[in-house]
Formats: sequence, C-alpha cells, structure tokens
Amino acid sequence: MNRDDFPLLKQDIIYLDNSATSLKPQTVIDKMNDYYTNYSANAHRGDYDLSFKVDKEYEETRELVKNFINAQHLEEIIFTSGATESLNMIINGFFANYLEANDEVLITTSEHASNILPWFNLVSELGIKVKYIPLDSNYYVTLDNVKKSITPHTKVISIAGITNVIGDIRPIKEITKLAHENNIFVVIDGAQMVPHVPIDVTDNDIDFLAFSGHKMLGPTGIGVLYGKIELLEHLKPQKLGGGMNESFDSPEEVYLKPLPTRLEAGTPNIAGVIGLGEAIKYLNNLGFAKISSQEHALRKYLLDKLLPLKHIDIINIESDSAIIAFNVNNIFSQDVAYYLNKYNICVRAGNHCAKILKSSVGVTNTVRISLYFYNTFEEIDNLVELLSDYDKIVKEMI
Amino acid sequence: MDENTKREIIMENYTHPTNRKRVDNPNYFKINTNNASCIDNLDIYIKFNHNIIEDIAFEGEACAISISATSIMINNLIGKTKDEALTYIHEFYHMTEGEEYNEELLKEGNAYSNIYKQGNRKTCATLPFRGLEKAILEQNK
Repeated sequence: MNRDDFPLLKQDIIYLDNSATSLKPQTVIDKMNDYYTNYSANAHRGDYDLSFKVDKEYEETRELVKNFINAQHLEEIIFTSGATESLNMIINGFFANYLEANDEVLITTSEHASNILPWFNLVSELGIKVKYIPLDSNYYVTLDNVKKSITPHTKVISIAGITNVIGDIRPIKEITKLAHENNIFVVIDGAQMVPHVPIDVTDNDIDFLAFSGHKMLGPTGIGVLYGKIELLEHLKPQKLGGGMNESFDSPEEVYLKPLPTRLEAGTPNIAGVIGLGEAIKYLNNLGFAKISSQEHALRKYLLDKLLPLKHIDIINIESDSAIIAFNVNNIFSQDVAYYLNKYNICVRAGNHCAKILKSSVGVTNTVRISLYFYNTFEEIDNLVELLSDYDKIVKEMI
Repeated sequence: MDENTKREIIMENYTHPTNRKRVDNPNYFKINTNNASCIDNLDIYIKFNHNIIEDIAFEGEACAISISATSIMINNLIGKTKDEALTYIHEFYHMTEGEEYNEELLKEGNAYSNIYKQGNRKTCATLPFRGLEKAILEQNK
C-alpha cells in the first residue's frame, strides 16, 4: 500500500531489506530539500527570520518525537546520529559513571553489535560482567528466563524491543516492572521496533530508548536518545563544544546548558531532524494499525509459501514482526542474495550484525527478508517463484 | 575459454574444493582473509619450505566464487616459488580489473575472466589471493 509515495519504487526493484533501512517517501525528501533550498540557516543561534524558522521546525520535531513515543518532557528527547550513537551515549555517558566492578548487565545473544560492544568495552574498562538471558526454543526472551537471570549484582537489562534477525517482540512492560522491583535499569534498543509498532515509554516505564530515523522512513544520520529526565540529568556529555555550553572563562568555570541542548553539541543534523519530523507525520497519518496488519498479512503469505519448500530452512518460523531469516540447503547465503539480485530483488545475507546469535541458533549466516507496509503480495510471488527452483538457484548463483 | 567451461570449473571447485580442511600443524603459516563488504571469511594455511610453497589448505565460510577461487589457487600454486606465486597473483588481479593479463599463465583462473564486470563479486574472486599475497609478503620480511 501507499507505493506511489515512494519514488524509489518506480524503479524495477523489489526491496526486501527494510530492517537495514527503509525507503523514503517523497514528502520526507521534499521537506529536506525545502530546508536546503529555502531556509538553510543554523539552529539556535540566529537573530533573523530564517534561523527562527529553523529553530521552529527543529523543535517541532522534538515535540513530534515526544508525542510519538509518549514521553513526558521535551527535555527527554535528544537528537543523535542514530541508534548506535544513542546507545553509546547511554552506556558511556551514564552507565560508565554508575556501574562498578562485578556489576552485571543482562543482554541476549540476539542483540545487535551496537548493544553489545559498548558493554564489552565496560567489561575491560570497569570490570563489569555481561551475562546473557537464555532464549527459548523459538529464540524468544521469556519473563521467566529474565527472572532466572537476575542476581543481586544485576544493575541493567539492555535489550532490543524487536530483534533484527528473529524479529521477536520482547515483553518490555513486564520486564521493566520486574527490573524496577529489583532496582535494575532498562535500556531498550528500539531500532527495529519504533518503525513497526507503537511504543509508549511512559506506559512501559522505559528508562532509556534508542532508535534511528532511517529505518522509519526518515533520513540517515539522525536518531533519538530518550531517557527519563532524572537519569538524563546525570548523563555526562560525550561531546563538548558549541551550542551546549552556557559560559566558560577557564577550566574551572564551565557552565553547561540545560537539557536537551547540553547533549547536542555542535551544529546538529538540521535537515535530518526536520526530515525525521516529516517521517513521523507520515507514520502518524498512516497509523500503526494499518502498518502492522499489512506486515503480518505479508509475512504470513510469505511463510505459507516458503514452508512447503524442502530446500529452504527457516530460522524464525515464529516471529512477531515482518522478518524471515532462512538458508537454502547447501548454498551460502551470499550466493542466494547474488542470485536474487540478478532479478532486482534486494535481500540481505550475513550475520546482520548479530554475531553472537550463532551460539544460540547454530548457523552463522542467513538470508534475511524484511518487509514493510509498501511491499506487496505480487513481490512475494516473484520472490517465491525464484526460490522454488533449487536447480535454478545453483545454476545462476555464480 | 567458453562460458560453459568457466561455469563447470567454478562449480567443480566449489563443490569439491582442494584441501578444504583445518590444519593444526605448527609448520603451517595461518592467515585470515575476509571481505569487509560481505561475509566471506577464510583462514588459509600455507607451508613454506624456504622459497617454495609446499602446501596450501583452507577453511571457513564464503560464497561459491571465493571457495572455488581458493581451490583453483591451491591447484595452481602448490609447488611454486614465492615469486612465481606473486606473479600469478598479480596477473589474476589484472584480469579481475579488466586489464591485459597473461591468459596462458592463469590456466583455470581464466574462469573468472568476466568478473570485472560484476563489481560486487570482484572481491570474492580475489579474496584468497589477497590472503596468500599477504602471507608471502610477511614471510619475506
């Protein structure tokens, strides 16, 4: 649905790599072009009309984001370069100052590298411990397994809302409730979740949330860090410079601005922020009810067609979102991707930045199809026709 | 070399690659070679005897082009001197860049003579050669 809104879809391409990045609607592209063409002044600094318009658009996006995730305060919305930077800021700016040796952080093996490596870094720097919540037979996180993983040393649970290979939705509300009863902070990597399902940080009582603009119809290079205001007050700025300071005369006399500006040093990605705002408007207009029902219908249709194919091994038959990860018997995932590329079908092959998931799933690499609402049943028919013929894959993969 | 022959060479070397095995022998020099842009990742084991490459084996995960190219490299370079191997490798690079090259020298390596037209597969074909080249240069230090 809504295919006419996406200029890239006018090409003869079947785009099935939406977990990597989504396509951009014309409205988002136009909005950014409008900024660069008609009012490309700096934000927060000018005393003239153009700059005022920049400030207005920029701060309107903050308001849009706040409402989109139902945060309580505008100061809780920080613009970053993406989920990766958000997670690094949360971990290095807040938790690096809070955690001590032998404190435990719970993650899972299906996390993305950006929610693993910054924690690994604190293992070597602070002597914290990273532990894994066991996954069940469908690679899901159950509340029971979270309960069993908590020890008196557990200080943080840091997990994706939806994972990028399995596509399972984690029971966030139950996890935060359990965590907070045990004085544990909860960090949610929302990169795969925010584009697909509504997320309410207040109702779910989430402490920190990170997500990216480009996976939710917005531009690349823009993301959001949400944190409860009382926690963000203790997040040490990782970047110091213009825009974030109140005044400075000497090293002893540096005064920083209040939130959120304090955490947005330097000239921000203005076009990115404004483009993100437009993407949120688009998603709001469309509504997650429609997005979800289309994604589920597409996934079920694809799954029903792939399941009878004996040469296809699906890793995540159970999944709550629009991702199917699979392998074709005895064929390296990259070769399957090259084969489909010959027919202008874009899929991802590899470990999808979830490099330690192999310890749970038993395979290192997979072909990943990730759908979004603008995909169609006809596209799936084309894909399945190509995947049905094993000999054709072998013949044409090189 | 016609297209069918090229295809047969690649498929034969992919499905039955030479010396695909783990080597735990301290006499072998081990080097990892991988492609930053994709998931090809191979360990290559080389046994040098002074100037001669006595044996090559490999293990790891990679696509059909990388695996077959590794097998072809092994078939053609065992028993060669380091300099002969470097010459072969450089001729192979010339071929994958679409430049003039010594067709006679590359033998089965000619199976990839069209790969320069496929930007995203060029690095697959050259993967094992980059690994071996690095190993030889490190040995020569």
